[in-house]
Amino acid sequence: MSFLQIRNVSMRFGGLLAVSDASFEVAEGSITGLIGPNGAGKTTLFAIVSGFQKPTSGQVLWKGAEITARPPHLLAAEGLSRTFQIVQPFAGLSVRENIAVGAFLRHKRRADAIALAEQVAEQVGLTAELDKPAAALTVSGRKRVELGKALATQPKLLLLDEVLAGLNPSEVRDIVPVVRAIRDSGVTVLMIEHVMQAVMNLCESVHVLAQGRIIASGTPAEVVATPAVVEAYLGHGAAARLAGGAHA
Amino acid sequence: MTARDVWPILLFGAIAALLPLFVTAGTLLNFAIFTLILCLAAQGWNILGGFGGQYSFGHAAFFGTGAYAAAVLQVRYGVNPYITFLAGIALAALVGWVIGFLSFRSGLRGSYFALVTLAFAEVFRVLANAASFTGGAAGLLIPLDQRPANFQFESRGWFYLVVLALVVVALLLTRALERSRLGAQLVAVRENEEAARAVGVDALRVKLSAITLSAAMTGAAGGLYAQYFLYLDSTIAYGTWISVEALLAPIIGGAGTVFGPVIGAVILHTLAELTRMMVGRIPGIDLVIFGVLLILVVRYPPRHLLRFLRWRR
Repeated sequence: MSFLQIRNVSMRFGGLLAVSDASFEVAEGSITGLIGPNGAGKTTLFAIVSGFQKPTSGQVLWKGAEITARPPHLLAAEGLSRTFQIVQPFAGLSVRENIAVGAFLRHKRRADAIALAEQVAEQVGLTAELDKPAAALTVSGRKRVELGKALATQPKLLLLDEVLAGLNPSEVRDIVPVVRAIRDSGVTVLMIEHVMQAVMNLCESVHVLAQGRIIASGTPAEVVATPAVVEAYLGHGAAARLAGGAHA
Repeated sequence: MTARDVWPILLFGAIAALLPLFVTAGTLLNFAIFTLILCLAAQGWNILGGFGGQYSFGHAAFFGTGAYAAAVLQVRYGVNPYITFLAGIALAALVGWVIGFLSFRSGLRGSYFALVTLAFAEVFRVLANAASFTGGAAGLLIPLDQRPANFQFESRGWFYLVVLALVVVALLLTRALERSRLGAQLVAVRENEEAARAVGVDALRVKLSAITLSAAMTGAAGGLYAQYFLYLDSTIAYGTWISVEALLAPIIGGAGTVFGPVIGAVILHTLAELTRMMVGRIPGIDLVIFGVLLILVVRYPPRHLLRFLRWRR
């Protein structure tokens, strides 16, 4: 029995088939990557797994039980939490209060929720910014808040939607160990990511989504060597031309 | 809640309770009682609108329900006024829950929610104006019978203290809400509903709790109004005036803060009263003042002022 299982999921918006018969699995305790060109349907797939959207067909199974289209707040209570690609802070609240909203999920008393929020803030490197309004943070700070809010719900499975996008290389280097530490604390991570440096570095296995289909699965090294993946990013025939160029 | 959360409220109550010792003039006490009743209505709006970000334009629906329940039950069925007062609160809460269920479950937000609440209040007004058990257009008179057991007092000072006690209870409740999990989740829904759901907030449940509590508080204000003025008609109970009053006070005093509605209601009515004294009884002059104030407040948010005045973080 696998931890998270996406089984033949399709999502149609009118005439557009955003996700087409996608199936893959995420092993417990792993960091699994979901990559693919822009518009491949990655975020849609996340929205389906986290219960924000109901797929046109297919199933999502978690620990063997079907969770397809279960409302997000129930999934969060069961231990499945997500971040948003476009960060969604509670703009008027301080960093502490932002993370505390997540912490309140499992802690009824305010003091406990605040204590957990401060602990999570330390984990994601926000201790110095606790009293700042979330709206006043840099992009990197807001990404950390996004991560902190999700972590404060004490998830078992964390879905990260491009937490590294928009960060400069040194900021990426700072966050990579944070993600690894989250996994080491026992949280399974499924991440959408464009920053290949991080994907190669962090993920044990990677699934590639292109035009709504899973076109390759394997270790990061295997996947980037797959001709279909190269072509998905660079266009038809690119793999052959690259191989030819290497010979010339 | 800690002592630091509570003492400013108790201090406010204690100081305000001294008023009847110094003021015996009927008009001034009258003014104070009316302002306090509006504080209560406004605090109700503040819970849903200020903390929850769901701007209602129809809190008259709750005010009127509280008022009519209090009046109708004692006039038609001879029920004890204290019981009718509580029944009014319960009924207003029920109306709040139903309106909330219908609109929030359909996903109404922002101006759509405001319009629906306005429509509900107007429907209630028209119905109350037409029905016979509400006294119709002629209104409903609660017979004068000044006994404390009858929730009517010979001296205005006593009624003032009762209303003040209820305002203090409302302030304490609001503070408790602010410090609670429900309060944090409500504010999260105001700031970003999607993000709140992602971290496990049941947005529908949270908004329903807020509108129910909000309606109960504004309903209590309605019950007190009926009990004090002893007369109701549909334009008083369900009129737009109270919807406007209930939302103006918190917006001017600071929406989403515990003392905002009190500060707002006092500022609004002191200004209105002063203008009346200075320029004489020009009909509608208070509304002109309210309008000017509202424009100023929208242009220059008083949040800064309130942050400056705040006791704590």
